[in-house]
Amino acid sequence: MPLQVEVITPERKVFEDEVDMIVIPGSEGMLGILPHHAPLFTGLGAGEMRLKKGTLEYVFAVFGGFMDVRQDKVTVLTDSAEHAEEIDERRAQEARQRAQEALEAAPASSADEQRARAALQRALIRLRVAERRRPRRS
Amino acid sequence: MPSERELVRRVKTVRNIQQVTKAMQTISASKMRRAQQAVLASRPYEEKLRQILMSLAPYTDPEVHPLLQRREVKRAGIVLVTTDRGLVGAMNTNLVRATLRHAEQLPAAGYVAVGRKGIGAIRRFRQPLIAEFTKLGDRPTTADTNPIARVAVDEFLSGTVDEVYLAFTRFVSTIKQVPTLRRILPLVPEEEQRRDQPPLQYIFEPDPETVLEAVLPRLLAIAVYQAILENIASEQSARMVAMRNATDAATDLIESYTLAANKARQWRITKEMLEIASGSEALAKG
Repeated sequence: MPLQVEVITPERKVFEDEVDMIVIPGSEGMLGILPHHAPLFTGLGAGEMRLKKGTLEYVFAVFGGFMDVRQDKVTVLTDSAEHAEEIDERRAQEARQRAQEALEAAPASSADEQRARAALQRALIRLRVAERRRPRRS
Repeated sequence: MPSERELVRRVKTVRNIQQVTKAMQTISASKMRRAQQAVLASRPYEEKLRQILMSLAPYTDPEVHPLLQRREVKRAGIVLVTTDRGLVGAMNTNLVRATLRHAEQLPAAGYVAVGRKGIGAIRRFRQPLIAEFTKLGDRPTTADTNPIARVAVDEFLSGTVDEVYLAFTRFVSTIKQVPTLRRILPLVPEEEQRRDQPPLQYIFEPDPETVLEAVLPRLLAIAVYQAILENIASEQSARMVAMRNATDAATDLIESYTLAANKARQWRITKEMLEIASGSEALAKG
């Protein structure tokens, strides 16, 4: 029995389908969810979410939110989920550049520094996820 | 019966008004489409979050989080969501009336008014205003609406109010918008759910307290955001319909004034002809 998955953001329903496996960044670290998982409710971190269906793999960048798992129904409520195909790599590169500069300019342990660090992390996640749409060289 | 000149003037006036209502109809029609799409797209998130939270309730202790705790109600807070601008038919009036009627059954009520129309109404009815918000625009983000939720939560946690309601106009369709009042605090699940669940072994990661601490304020923020999106979709739909009705009414008025003016003109011409005829007859006789 596959997992019934819904991925929803405040703006729209991003994904709804049956998949075989989910790999997702939980607030406590990466989680892998397979069918017959125990009921679980967890916060989400920021990172790469992978949904595997047969030989297909859907890759998203997710940022925060919650996940509910019960009886093979999985609901991912996230603040933002961007499909690998949707990510504008050039913009993410620029964002990384800006964040890096801001990080160097900001005084240590200030609010500005934290903001810059968060922006940098977001840009890096986007770039890593964007990588995924290209066939991998092994 | 107004004079012929007066009638012709009225036709012109109504035609000018019609041009304005027509333009407003077109504008709100395009805004309406966007607002309707936005509200329909964001509904699943709020519904799912609420559903999940309600179904989690049997596994958590209400004492765990202050936002879940029921108290004796001495004073309620009402977040009243209205529009900034008028020309939306009876939408705001209906909501204010429904809200005040509900408030009569409460021991006391204070208002957080969103939108200029609501602020005006609360002042007119001399009700206590806790906070007011305006100029959220046609496309607010959660960053714009979060302060509203924060006021509600703060009032509840400080004990100034023991319950919080959210009053807004829910969007159903272009021609139907419903005044809606919903309690958002304390967050209490329906009673039957609480007991009849089989005791699943739920895992909370990292632990129930931390999870609720993150989810509960989020649900409130989203509920307020959703209410405001509903209200915007209702506003644009109501304005579009109001302006379409005004344009149609103007068409009818133009028609009847034009008819009256034409009748008056014909009557004047007939009268002139009669005068000429009778004049020449009198001359011929004489």
